[in-house]
Amino acid sequence: MLSIKELYVSVEGNEILKGINLEVKPGEIHAIMGPNGSGKSTLANVIAGKEEYEVTSGEITYFGEDLLEMAPEDRARKGLFLSFQYPVEIPGVPMVNFLKTSLNEQRKYRGEEELTAGEFLKYMRQKMELVDMHTKLTNRSVNEGFSGGEKKKNEIFQMALLEPKLAILDETDSGLDIDALKTVAHGVNALRSPENATIVVTHYQRLLDYIIPDHVHVLYQGRIVKSAGKELAVELEEKGYDWIKKEITV
Amino acid sequence: MSVLVEKADLSLKYTAHYNEVKDLLFEGSSEVLNSQRNKAFQDFVMQGIPTRKNENYKYTNLQPHFLPEYKFIHQREKTEADLNAVFRCDVPQMNTHLTLLINGWFYRENKETGKLPEGVILGSLEDIANNHPGLIEKYYAKIANTAEDPLVALNTAFAKDGYFLYIPKNVTVEKPLQLINLLQSERDTFATGRNLIVVESGASLQLLLCNHTLDLKTYLTNSVTEIFVGENAHLDYYTLQNEHNKSTSLHSVFIQQERDSSVTTHTTSLHGGMIRNNLKFILNGENAQANMFGMSFLDKQQHIDNFTQVIHAQPHCQSNQLYKNVLDDKSTGAFAGRIHVMRDAQKTNAFQRNNNLLLTDSATMQTKPQLIIDADDVKCSHGATVGQIDEEALFYLRARGIEEKKARLMMMNAFAHEVIQEIKIEALRERIDDLVDKRLRGEVAHCHDCSYNCEC
Repeated sequence: MLSIKELYVSVEGNEILKGINLEVKPGEIHAIMGPNGSGKSTLANVIAGKEEYEVTSGEITYFGEDLLEMAPEDRARKGLFLSFQYPVEIPGVPMVNFLKTSLNEQRKYRGEEELTAGEFLKYMRQKMELVDMHTKLTNRSVNEGFSGGEKKKNEIFQMALLEPKLAILDETDSGLDIDALKTVAHGVNALRSPENATIVVTHYQRLLDYIIPDHVHVLYQGRIVKSAGKELAVELEEKGYDWIKKEITV
Repeated sequence: MSVLVEKADLSLKYTAHYNEVKDLLFEGSSEVLNSQRNKAFQDFVMQGIPTRKNENYKYTNLQPHFLPEYKFIHQREKTEADLNAVFRCDVPQMNTHLTLLINGWFYRENKETGKLPEGVILGSLEDIANNHPGLIEKYYAKIANTAEDPLVALNTAFAKDGYFLYIPKNVTVEKPLQLINLLQSERDTFATGRNLIVVESGASLQLLLCNHTLDLKTYLTNSVTEIFVGENAHLDYYTLQNEHNKSTSLHSVFIQQERDSSVTTHTTSLHGGMIRNNLKFILNGENAQANMFGMSFLDKQQHIDNFTQVIHAQPHCQSNQLYKNVLDDKSTGAFAGRIHVMRDAQKTNAFQRNNNLLLTDSATMQTKPQLIIDADDVKCSHGATVGQIDEEALFYLRARGIEEKKARLMMMNAFAHEVIQEIKIEALRERIDDLVDKRLRGEVAHCHDCSYNCEC
């Protein structure tokens, strides 16, 4: 479903990604790990369509289409979802209004009937249960006054609502206590299906105790330097990233 | 000819006009109004039409707006058409007492719109000043100082009519009163409106004022409104400005509050060529509360200048200001707010905020807070921002499937919402929410291309 070939990306003249190759198939969970500054978030944002990143060469196809040619909203409408590392507060835009608009924009795009306010609220309540989301949060403006953990939970809540085909979780686990982490993992696992895929971008192995990846990739200095099964995550947790760095320099 | 002479000439044109029509101005007018005329005229001669050298008009060049050959209306005109039929306000479910004014003059053929509570007086300033001068003289020209502002001086020299509204002691007017000033003329017109509102102690009133152009003539409105709010009285004063691009609206509102009173002004400037709103509050009794809200939307070459002054003359008063502007195209805006806490006004709380959203690189905004504090135990704050739409937030919305244009609209509505939500009349709030949404979509602008402006 997602195919990245020889991707080079720069931000303000600095080359961050230096030839990324990645294949994601339906039903798979990929973990992208790596030390801070290795380019993990850049990769997540490029896939979502953030504009300040300049793709200098390479390609990304999504269900056979050129992803880099698409506007961010079209990527979302085609089932791509980014769980933001730092979700933005948007004062004055009510949560319910935002969620209903995004869901209906996506439904409209797919030629489905838009949900009425009543239908939407009913549907939203089901999804709230899944990630233990409180009405005190859905009654506010988007992310306004949310704690760090509440913001992350809100991302997974949106993911549950929008039911994406490919979800990218960018550091969704950082800053979460163990209960919140479990809730988030539970949400992700509940949404898992043979048609969907997930890319978990993380610095820590902790989340991967709850979301079991099929493939683990280590990103270092803008390249994927190692790919293996789930055992790689455990190894990284035990030994840290230093041994990989050494391996590379050798 | 030098620029200086040209400018002097422009003021001379108005002083010459005054001398020419003096008899008409005095004719049929009450002594209450006439006794102020000559002094006001002298004050205008001293000051002239404000230039940018006048510190209070630094950001607004009024000169070109006084250039056209306007028609003046110094005597009541017979209105041919029935305005009640021509103009219908379409605020749904907005149950109001509706009263019309035409070019600043009180419209005598207003149809009855329900009975006002006993003792409430709403009528033509000219008529009431002639028939019951005692009601007016205690208040007229007492807080609108002609020596301080040339527009006030010019208004007072020319003033003949407007509305007079009187709410007696302890009377609550349940339904909001709505006053609509229509601009309609066969020629480019200079409209002078002079209004007076007295809300006696313990009384309560919600008032909505709408300004509208009914045709595409060039208009200059120079209005002055004096408002007196008694002890423990309450006033909500909403203004909706919706005029076409060839209109110049100069409105000066003066409000004096006694102890324990509360007043909220809320101005939505949806559309207009050049708007200058002067607003001055005098907090003249302890524990008075004043709230000022303003929201404007500008595009093309429109200009708005909100100029506020709050005089904290007594202790334990609170004032709160929130003004926001959305500026598109080459529009320009200014906000200047002065808070003056006088020596005895201890325990004053005075807050002011001005936030501006620029949608293009060519739109500009000037903002100037000014605090003068002569007391030592006060809480005052002011803040101003001029910025663009938050790109991070925009990306967040787009990454959820919301199209860029719609996402921008959501953000602009969100920006405006903070001010709109302060409207306490629910039907009006919903209506303005809707108008703002249309305005931001660019739909109201189209409405002004037709000669009958149907938007309320």
